[in-house]
Amino acid sequence: MVCARWRDESMNGVPIAYIARNLAARRLTTILTAFGMALVVYVFATVLMLAAGLEATLIATGQPDNVVVIRRGAQSEVQSGVERLAAGIVESLPDIATGLNGERLISKESVVLINLPKRQTGKPSNVVIRGVTPTGLTLRPQVKIVEGRMFRPGTSEIVTGSAIAAGFRGAALGERLYFAQRDWTVVGVFDGGRTGFDSEIWGDSEQMLQAFRRTGFSALVFRLNDSGRFDAVKQEIEGDPRLTLEAKRETRFYADQSEALSKFISYLGTTISVIFSIGAIIGAMITMYASVASRTSEIGTLRALGFSRSAILTAFLSESLLLGLAGGTVGLLAASFMQALSISTMNFQTFAELAFTFALTPAIVAYSLAFALLMGFVGGFLPAARAARLKIVDALRAA
Amino acid sequence: MFIATLVVKNAVRHKLRTLLTLVGIVVAITAFGLLRTIVDAWYAGAEATSSARLITRNAISLVFSMPLNYAQKIRQVPGVSAVTWANWFGGVYITERNFFPQFAIDAATYLDMYPEFVLKPEERKAFAVDRAGAIAGRKLAEQHGWKLGAQIPLRGTIYPGTWTFTLRAIYDGVDAKTDETQFLFHWQYLNETIKTRFPRWRDQTGVYIVQIRDPGQAAEVSQAIDATFKNSLGETLTETEKAFQLGFVAMTEAILLAIEAVSFVVIVIIMAVMANTMAMTARERYAEYATLKALGFANGFVALLIFAESIAIALAGGLLGIALTFPLSDAFGGAMGALFPVFLVSEQTLLLQIGAALIVGVVAAAVPAWRAAQVRIVDGLRAVA
Repeated sequence: MVCARWRDESMNGVPIAYIARNLAARRLTTILTAFGMALVVYVFATVLMLAAGLEATLIATGQPDNVVVIRRGAQSEVQSGVERLAAGIVESLPDIATGLNGERLISKESVVLINLPKRQTGKPSNVVIRGVTPTGLTLRPQVKIVEGRMFRPGTSEIVTGSAIAAGFRGAALGERLYFAQRDWTVVGVFDGGRTGFDSEIWGDSEQMLQAFRRTGFSALVFRLNDSGRFDAVKQEIEGDPRLTLEAKRETRFYADQSEALSKFISYLGTTISVIFSIGAIIGAMITMYASVASRTSEIGTLRALGFSRSAILTAFLSESLLLGLAGGTVGLLAASFMQALSISTMNFQTFAELAFTFALTPAIVAYSLAFALLMGFVGGFLPAARAARLKIVDALRAA
Repeated sequence: MFIATLVVKNAVRHKLRTLLTLVGIVVAITAFGLLRTIVDAWYAGAEATSSARLITRNAISLVFSMPLNYAQKIRQVPGVSAVTWANWFGGVYITERNFFPQFAIDAATYLDMYPEFVLKPEERKAFAVDRAGAIAGRKLAEQHGWKLGAQIPLRGTIYPGTWTFTLRAIYDGVDAKTDETQFLFHWQYLNETIKTRFPRWRDQTGVYIVQIRDPGQAAEVSQAIDATFKNSLGETLTETEKAFQLGFVAMTEAILLAIEAVSFVVIVIIMAVMANTMAMTARERYAEYATLKALGFANGFVALLIFAESIAIALAGGLLGIALTFPLSDAFGGAMGALFPVFLVSEQTLLLQIGAALIVGVVAAAVPAWRAAQVRIVDGLRAVA
């Protein structure tokens, strides 16, 4: 009886300290294997963070009760065109909210791309330049001037988003930009609160139209009186035979624009991570097989002491999982430093420059650690099974 | 010969371990090759350009067009031998996923300037006489199963409405580097439709393609063209076709740099795995190395054995990896369709792959070889694996 209970309590599992010490005993091998896994997890986490950061940036750009109106079929504001007559019709919709001074909260904006050289490399890239009205600012409460002041309407003054001010030549406070046959003075830098607006230049709407020789606007943005009325308003705009426009919620509009790029990043990244993980899994397998081989007599002893086959299996599997966990933690830690970086590239869908950061979300932490443990499990299963299958007599004789 | 036999025998002593390492290297070298090929494909547009062609566009950005009469003025610039123009159409074929480049071209002049698009004379004529006709690249036509005479509807994103074209010709690339995914149709057809529906947009072109007599004069001719339109409503920016294409590449440079960085990460990962294998192998054989030394072999010989084994495994994996790169990149390029018009494994990629395999072999063996060379005979003979 006593003996049986002793077995029940102590022989269920090999102590965790024994498992951990095995890893410590062969330091170089453990470090190399964990390092390989850490690199895979680092790539995996970084890519997911990039896709998450891109989505977060574009989703944060839209306000839930704002509506964007663009020409039907156009995929971005730059492609779109809204004639003044059509803009007038939309402006007269009863569902548009009114501001503190009784003005209708609708902004008629001109959005074009201009080619500017990057500050560091001098290579040109496309930057969105948005002509806005004072109402346009009310509609985007997240945008704050952080340096200088707002442009004065009716002048050749512009304000630049923080990512543009830092990343492009002539776009910082006090500098000048030449485009559309004019010199434009940068009188302020604004912070869009990590939204797509950080990658834009803003100026006076009417001035922009004149400079770019346009008669119509690119897009209309308005706030709904009642957010729930969106479907009715959408129907009204899209059903009006005088208009060839379509309406989208601003949140949806910007989320759609990130779709292709974020899908591309996460598909490519996941594929790469999966391929890379094969290398790391093989590394773990080699390590664990060697670990089993060099401890054959030890395994025999453990079995002779009364540890069951499943206890041996669990012990080696735990060792491998621990290896995966160590690699995963290191990889994730390295990836978390990437949050300090911001990346700026062209969004395929709008052809415009967009700056975004790496965002580490709890889901990404969970995915990465799960991925690391999975690598440890797959790499350790076969060697652990071999260890568990060893016959006591053979194992003891092996030494 | 004796050494070679010894190395091979040593390498296959732990069959499972060697096999696993080999598989790891094959995967890594294949992935490395594929990633390099993706980066190359990005640059393919710039590689296939002609140095005798310049691109003139609106100085503000590509979004802005230029008046049609610029063609006459550009033709008068000294050094220019021909001018043609094209508009980016940006239509959607069924869904956004089917992206391919579409250009409205001036048929009379454009095709002469792009000799890399090879057309059958009768098909070219059929295209010329049909105002709603279109030309598609071979790869594009095969991807969507288009035959001559097919009706192809495109939903305009820049030019509203649905536009239907009749496929009149299919072009082949003059070599493997030519983009066979373009879709070309008559600029005149676009312009006439615009005239009736949006009169303000008529007679506008997106880019001018300028052929010059002497490629060495590209810079001077570019400046002369831009000077012609200085201080006009539509100032221009002229650059070589290559610079124009590289401009697009530069815009997505961040992504490209990431892919390049990642392609090296996989090599580092496999280096760690291989180093682990070699470290274990060497540790198990300390007693043998001591025996060899006791027999009078030099320290260098022992190190050489380890290096040779490591390099042999790495190279074998590398060669297998290279062999696998070709079918894999064919499959990948096919799956990507028009996104990567040209998807070829370059010679440089192959050299880099071999180089990477060699480096993995050498680096992985460095520490174990040094340790084995240092081991004292007494300690080695006493060592237990």
